[in-house]
Amino acid sequence: MPKPEHYVAPFDEDAVEVDKIKLDEKPSNLWRDAWRSLRRRPLFYISLAAVAVIVLMALFPTLFTDVAPNDDCHLEFSNAGATEGHPMGFTKRGCDVYARVVWGARTSLAVGLLATLISGVVGIIMGSLAGFYGGWVDSVLSRIGDIFFSIPYILAAVVVMTTLSEYRSVWTLAFAIGGFAWASLARILRSEILRVKSGDFVMASTATGRTKFSTLISHVLPNSITPVIVYLTLSLGGAIVAEATLSFLGVGLGSEVMSWGNDISAAQTSIRTAPMTLIWPSIFLTTTVLAFITLGELVRDALDPKARARG
Amino acid sequence: MTQETSVTDTAEPLVSIKDLEIGFQTGNGFVQAVKGVSFDIFPGETVAIVGESGSGKSTTATGIIDLLPSNGRITGGSVMFAGKDLTKASKQEIVRVRGREIGYVPQDPMSNLNPVWNVGFQVREAVMANNMAKNKKEADKRAIEVLQEAGLADAERRMKQFPHQFSGGMRQRVLIGIGLAADPKLLIADEPTSALDVTVQRVILDHLESLTREKNTALLLITHDLGLAAERASKVIVMYQGKIVEAGPSLEILQNPQHPYTKRLIAAAPSLASQRLKSQKIVVTDAPQGDEIDLVAASAHRHDVVEHADHGGVPAIEVKDLTKVFSIRKGGFKSEPFTAVDQVSFQVPRGTTMALVGESGSGKSTVAKMVLGLETATEGEILIAGKDATALDKREMLAHRRRMQPVFQDPYGSLDPMRSIGSIIREPLDVHKVGDKQSRELRVNEVLDEVALPRMIASRYPNELSGGQRQRVAIARALALKPEVVILDEAVSALDVLVQAQILQLLADLQEELGLTYLFITHDLAVVRVVADDVAVMEKGKIVEKGNVEEIFANAQTEYTQKLLDAIPGANIPLGA
Amino acid sequence: MLMYVVRRLLQAVPVVIGTTFLIYFMVFSMPGDPILAMFGDKTPSPALYDQLAAQYHLDQPFLVQYGLYMKDLFTGNLGTTFSGESVGAVLSRTFPVTLKLASMAIAIEFCVAVVLGLFAGLRKGKFFDNLTLVIGLIMLSVPIFVLCFLAQYFIAIKWGWASPTVGADTSFSNMLLPAIVLAASLFTTSMRLMRGTVIDTRSRDFVRTAYAKGLPGRRVIPVHVLRNSLIPVVTNSAANFGVLMVGATVTEGIFNVPGVGNTLYQAIIRGEGPTVVSFVTVMVLAYVAINILVDLLYAVLDPRIRYA
Repeated sequence: MPKPEHYVAPFDEDAVEVDKIKLDEKPSNLWRDAWRSLRRRPLFYISLAAVAVIVLMALFPTLFTDVAPNDDCHLEFSNAGATEGHPMGFTKRGCDVYARVVWGARTSLAVGLLATLISGVVGIIMGSLAGFYGGWVDSVLSRIGDIFFSIPYILAAVVVMTTLSEYRSVWTLAFAIGGFAWASLARILRSEILRVKSGDFVMASTATGRTKFSTLISHVLPNSITPVIVYLTLSLGGAIVAEATLSFLGVGLGSEVMSWGNDISAAQTSIRTAPMTLIWPSIFLTTTVLAFITLGELVRDALDPKARARG
Repeated sequence: MTQETSVTDTAEPLVSIKDLEIGFQTGNGFVQAVKGVSFDIFPGETVAIVGESGSGKSTTATGIIDLLPSNGRITGGSVMFAGKDLTKASKQEIVRVRGREIGYVPQDPMSNLNPVWNVGFQVREAVMANNMAKNKKEADKRAIEVLQEAGLADAERRMKQFPHQFSGGMRQRVLIGIGLAADPKLLIADEPTSALDVTVQRVILDHLESLTREKNTALLLITHDLGLAAERASKVIVMYQGKIVEAGPSLEILQNPQHPYTKRLIAAAPSLASQRLKSQKIVVTDAPQGDEIDLVAASAHRHDVVEHADHGGVPAIEVKDLTKVFSIRKGGFKSEPFTAVDQVSFQVPRGTTMALVGESGSGKSTVAKMVLGLETATEGEILIAGKDATALDKREMLAHRRRMQPVFQDPYGSLDPMRSIGSIIREPLDVHKVGDKQSRELRVNEVLDEVALPRMIASRYPNELSGGQRQRVAIARALALKPEVVILDEAVSALDVLVQAQILQLLADLQEELGLTYLFITHDLAVVRVVADDVAVMEKGKIVEKGNVEEIFANAQTEYTQKLLDAIPGANIPLGA
Repeated sequence: MLMYVVRRLLQAVPVVIGTTFLIYFMVFSMPGDPILAMFGDKTPSPALYDQLAAQYHLDQPFLVQYGLYMKDLFTGNLGTTFSGESVGAVLSRTFPVTLKLASMAIAIEFCVAVVLGLFAGLRKGKFFDNLTLVIGLIMLSVPIFVLCFLAQYFIAIKWGWASPTVGADTSFSNMLLPAIVLAASLFTTSMRLMRGTVIDTRSRDFVRTAYAKGLPGRRVIPVHVLRNSLIPVVTNSAANFGVLMVGATVTEGIFNVPGVGNTLYQAIIRGEGPTVVSFVTVMVLAYVAINILVDLLYAVLDPRIRYA
């Protein structure tokens, strides 16, 4: 082979720069970047708008309808189709479907939010303590978590609501759902905390003299919180489904309460004759859940820097 | 090496790369990573591409056989191999060339074997894919041969084992075996030993060299280490920002670099610097200035300063019979005691640097953590400025931490990504309630000046900075409390050569200005030579040798230290200029 | 491997004790008379009341009650339903049906999730990927009982492709519709997980090394990408079984499949508290057992666990 020649590229003496600081105009960190990428997704606005409408319905149902959902019922309209002023027709008892659907949003949202809040608080406390302190704290808390994880939470809620049949309310329902739904969240957070706490920045913080608990609050939790946020957004949808399922099974709120689950349950006997009385509340229920779940998926996508880097 | 053997100018190159251009589609648009690279590889020749991260060296290598990540694309130029342009070859043609004609050895042995298949399966796959065997039985036989050739003792039994049951060095042997399984004409080795301990590195590289020479396989070696490249290859190609800046016979490049980038790379490479320290007496009149970095000059200057330092008085750090025993879980319910640090004793005089050197698992980092109070010692004493640090109550511990701060290895992991740079540097001041809000801000600006970072980055976040800049922030945080001692745990190991040299320079300047004492934990003896005054070599939890850096480098007493010294790449290249 | 099995079985002991205790505690430490509470609006006959009081050992202190209840549970004495049949007898009649339905549903769900997830992952960001995402999210959002009614109304009643209820004929073809509905309610999480894992695995170093060996894509995808991606999907199916149990309760109820879920469904609808508690307990124990099986399957799939 020929002896390699000595090649030197043409150069400019000052061309070599070592570690020059290049900054974008706008400061960036995980949250700002996530927000920026969320704002570019049309789906984000669509699901946000859907959530906004549902929240408005729950807070101010009279903005959407002035028909009373329970008192304006006329048996002569039983299962009748849509007419002027009653765009979705009537239920078996002759109540206005549209009014009932609008008023039902409040129950779904209240139970969903409360149950998610409860499972969030319990899950965050259990998961962060187990992951961060390790040792016997972890052993005890994780075993408790295993026990709750081993009872599908809707089945647990069925048992609770069956025994508490005299005390049915939004609160008991939220506790029955949220009190058993926290175990998955605790597991997710625990493993995330295990990953984060092995990072050098946690050690560096301890080396400055910060106490363990203060390190947990100021460094470890903020860095572990993204999967929690994603999980909670998704589980809000899950909790709404759980409420509807329990109401459908007759162990949710009493039949006098406006709830999509109750209405679907009541309509099932008329499925052959008046399917729309069943389908309308189903559409509202599904759309609400879909809006929350889509938000959760979008947030997950926006918060995953790996997914974004791959473009 | 063979570059002096008789040559015939008519020889055809095995691979001829012309004006190769490769780019990546990223979130911020299309980025050109390789911008017109041309070179030839002749049969049996060893060529090394040297460059820092981002130079495009690995992209060039993977581009040759189209192993680019899915967002990468060849945008121009040609790769001629056996009369065919590989950049225009069909998928089937490329598959035929891979393995059979051009083998590939990847960088990280830990992630390059599929964890769910046994090793035999993965080697056999390479044998079968390239028609080296007719049936499974024959393939098994060939696979065992391949592993034996790669230097894996007991290959037949090993075939049934899974990657996680292998050490890093053994996995790399398997990967070399796979790369050579079909006797390719060219082997591309992408940083084949960077993830391994230095002594293992040497053995693996020696083996790779003898295998390729035996089979007359050409070798394209990708590395960040100029010393290693020059030692192993007859031709060195230096890449910078996607372009070749200098190429030629390796000795010539090393002894007579022309391009300013190459010059700086050689000046900044610790492995070559220690070589120059040995081979020549340099008279240094002044500390190096500004952006020009020359480790030899810097180190000579340092040693000069330390000669005049006060060696009497109470040592800044004194460690006596320090021992740490962990209990290791042994599957099931048994646990076994494991002595990670075994009766370690040393002293670090005030204002000097002591290096603690060892390979992975030697216990050096555990010593650092015990000194920092992040691990409790099983036995022994740690005296900081004469005060016992092993038996402190909460308040004393806080005061103790104030005198001693750490800088860790991973520049990407040591800064909280959720905090701004300013709040990261201010954290120690907040924890220790030093001064008021205003004076803390002032101090943050002060230390930012000290580590030569612009003040305006205080409002920025770590992900906006490079590795070297992050490491400066970590140093600034360590300095915020005006400590006496800084523990540097592999603080420069993850950095590129030029950045590493800059940080070493910064550390030396700060030591001189602030009278700091450093405990410098590292696996890299080459770096020790240029930064430390004293050195202690650790092996399996024990200090096997300690003393003055000059003495140990000139005259190592133990075999282990000598082995580590010999493993410094480029140590045997005469550099006299 | 043996150590792993033993350890996993030992871990299940506190879970079994804990779950049964928790259920028992929920029922019998609530305010008021637990038996009356379980009947809701109805009042049990004095004879039934006494029988239940004896069955749950209400005259004993709480912990003794629980101990005796556990003894009954493990000797197969699960009490009787309101119709007078023993729970054990009902179980042996209904369990095979549910097992068949669940197996069909899981088989359909797993195949659909793996295939769609694999192709969505391989075509990341393309039309097919977005299509499966939209379908998946909608399926995830439709509550199972709504899905059941929609299938019943459109597929069975309106188009007449299947019978709207299963009834006594539990043949494969007759149970196909409820099995598909059940699978449809389950597959999204597995499919999304499969897709994510495929994308991740595809960019792993060992896949590049496999290509570098000279293997063609048609071998690398199944042997290295698919094989590795199955591990998390199988692990996740344990959590899926929890959803499946609730789903089976509703589906069997609506389609009138004579399985365990239907029995529970009827008991819930009729407010037969004691039967609900017995059947939920049985389902939870089955869930614990399934979790153990899935963990053992995980060890079979992942040599890092097998040879730890």
